[in-house]
Amino acid sequence: MQTPETNTDFEVRSLDAMCVNESQLTHKWYHNIKYMIVGLAFGIVFVKAEIISWFRIQEMFRLQSFHMYGVIGSAVVTGIISVWLIKKFSIKTIYGETIILHPRSFNKGQIYGGLLFGLGWAITGACPGPLYAQIGSGAYVIVITLLSAVAGTWVYGYVREKLPH
Amino acid sequence: MSIVEWIKHPWPWYVAGPLIGLTVPALLIIGNKSFGISSSLRHFCAACIPANIPFFKYDWKKEIWNLFFVLGITLGAVIAANLLADPEPVKINAKLAADLAGYSITDYSGMVPHQLFNWQNLLTIKGLLMMVLGGFMVGFGTRYAGGCTSGHSIMGLSALQWPSLVATCCFMIGGFIMSNLILPLILSL
Repeated sequence: MQTPETNTDFEVRSLDAMCVNESQLTHKWYHNIKYMIVGLAFGIVFVKAEIISWFRIQEMFRLQSFHMYGVIGSAVVTGIISVWLIKKFSIKTIYGETIILHPRSFNKGQIYGGLLFGLGWAITGACPGPLYAQIGSGAYVIVITLLSAVAGTWVYGYVREKLPH
Repeated sequence: MSIVEWIKHPWPWYVAGPLIGLTVPALLIIGNKSFGISSSLRHFCAACIPANIPFFKYDWKKEIWNLFFVLGITLGAVIAANLLADPEPVKINAKLAADLAGYSITDYSGMVPHQLFNWQNLLTIKGLLMMVLGGFMVGFGTRYAGGCTSGHSIMGLSALQWPSLVATCCFMIGGFIMSNLILPLILSL
């Protein structure tokens, strides 16, 4: 039996990856197209609501506009209601699997990492999602910012054992 | 006003927010996936440069849905920016406009200010700080925090996880400090 120490898969899922993949099913690659379509809709909303705009992010952090607070707030409320309905009616996936939600455990990384990400968010005007959308909207130089974000993730992985968690 | 005209206008928050929130049940229902984007950066590392680091030694192919998802975001932005673009320039708060004018930023036509984010500026201190260091902090910080605005602030809060609330508060504190205290110094370089 694998223990948490030797089971790296457990570690990936419990500590780090926010995109936890709970499906036990294996599918042909083209099943992934449906995630691309959800992403496509998401990307259109990102651009049309100017969520990826550097200017809107500055307005948010300078308390000069309600827009971003309205977006995030109403998204969270919609999410809370959706998750509640899924639990209440035990809604299954389209493949008939039970939907699994994972509790998040607290560690100090959420504070130190959170502050660091906040600083980066206000400089670049983008969280990871908007980085992709900014590139798609024609700001090709943001490819450099995205590569730098990949580098940041890599360096985190490299020094991870030495950081307080 | 026709539907096409309405779609081309900037969408209000009460349309965009609920649509973003619906991504959470959509991903859960179509394949038991928890919404999150910053993990895609980790999957790139695992796929391309794992370098024997334990943090990147996992079966990234099992998470490939996430890479399809971010490819979709990119393509969605291409469609929105080219086919659904608003002909008007972005309207920004008058105080922000006055502030930015002080740093000679007067072009609001793009999603990012072209006068700051461009290839020539990459070789200046200001450009390096904003594009390269900024991106680095986004990548390092999100992974250290275990998620970004989507993973913690939307997905985590939707599932009522208090550690995600802590993370979200820290994102906001970092943003307030940068935008109000540090960014003015960087912009005056």
